[in-house]
Amino acid sequence: MTIINIFEKTGPFAENKDIAKEFRLNFIIPSIQRSEKVILNFDNVKVATQSFIHALISDVIQQKGRSVLNHIEFKSCNESIKAIIQIVASYVQESLDD
Amino acid sequence: MKIHLPNSAFLHNIDGFLKGFDPENPEILEISAHNSWVFVHPVAVSMIAALGLKVGKGNVSFEKSDSKTMPYFERMGLFRMLGLESGIIIEEHEESGRFKPLTQIRNSSEQSKFITDCIPLLHLEKEYQVQTIVYVLGELLRNVIEHAKSPNGAIVSAQYFKESNRISIGIADTGIGLRRSLSPSYSTKDNTEAIQLALWPGITGTTRRPGGTDENVGAGLFFIKSIARTNRDYFMIYSGDTMYKLHKAPPRKKFKLNIDPFKDKHALVEHLPNWNGTVVGIDITLDQTQEFDGLLRIFRTVWAEAVRERKSEKYISPNFI
Repeated sequence: MTIINIFEKTGPFAENKDIAKEFRLNFIIPSIQRSEKVILNFDNVKVATQSFIHALISDVIQQKGRSVLNHIEFKSCNESIKAIIQIVASYVQESLDD
Repeated sequence: MKIHLPNSAFLHNIDGFLKGFDPENPEILEISAHNSWVFVHPVAVSMIAALGLKVGKGNVSFEKSDSKTMPYFERMGLFRMLGLESGIIIEEHEESGRFKPLTQIRNSSEQSKFITDCIPLLHLEKEYQVQTIVYVLGELLRNVIEHAKSPNGAIVSAQYFKESNRISIGIADTGIGLRRSLSPSYSTKDNTEAIQLALWPGITGTTRRPGGTDENVGAGLFFIKSIARTNRDYFMIYSGDTMYKLHKAPPRKKFKLNIDPFKDKHALVEHLPNWNGTVVGIDITLDQTQEFDGLLRIFRTVWAEAVRERKSEKYISPNFI
């Protein structure tokens, strides 16, 4: 299992897509390839932009298919961050049908 | 180039300020100001600073003015950014902390630092107000860094207005503008169409795929416009010779979040002096600000509708003979 503490790199405002990309390339994709569960821990993060969440997970879903969401858990998200993650997960999955 | 700071230039009457911009002789910048009071939105200050950076220090002049508002421009960092000495000495007082002076943002680190520094200065009291401001700044600044191709990056400033309890934000760049930014994926006939597409959910210059690329999906500007719409506030975007302005709406009036920005109550001003780049101004009235997660729920519904609409365009109708 890989636990990624978002706050450690972003602080309370997760808006820097470069950091999201680092998380995705260096931790999320390698962990999924090893068939490990990934926990994205948003503890203490107050805001995450759609751009940040998109850069974090959209390519993972597009590459690995929607079932990859069974291997990723989103921990300690506030209501806004939950809503953003749902938006991104929805539109990426809809695009898979094309 | 010439630009004049009038007596008043806020988003409701910004048209006059824009029409007064003269882009001829792009190697110099001559600034003049109304000779009594000058009250302007931060977007006007950001635009002047962006032009100043483009022509370079030494090529900017500021016509001597007796305006009593010159200390405001000193506080906002305009003279510093233009490389001019104002000779104005500022006495710090409490209110001086309620704005974020002009800042140049060229990369993600500068963006993050600006946003982190901005929040305490604007004295935001509620969590959802912080979320809204962080969101707006984060997405708008990122747009410039990624898409504007401006050597000087984004010029941003923000101010809290106590009487109206609102925060106004202005971001200007002198990059390639919306039309060229969209052109790798969408060819547009004019700046009006480019603005319409840029505000449309799911449209980005980086791809035509509905799910976007690994880094872009084309949600940023639609989301910012939606925040202004939901909060019933002004939002304006100016690129090339065209400006789109979302009108302010009465607080209690029912509204619909539209996919097509031209279905919202707006003004479109074409044939303005050409701005090489993009300018965005937004007001956020704090006591009208929606709970952020509520806004996101509305956004989610509208996005799904937009995706369905785009998909249905691809469907082939059966041929009946």
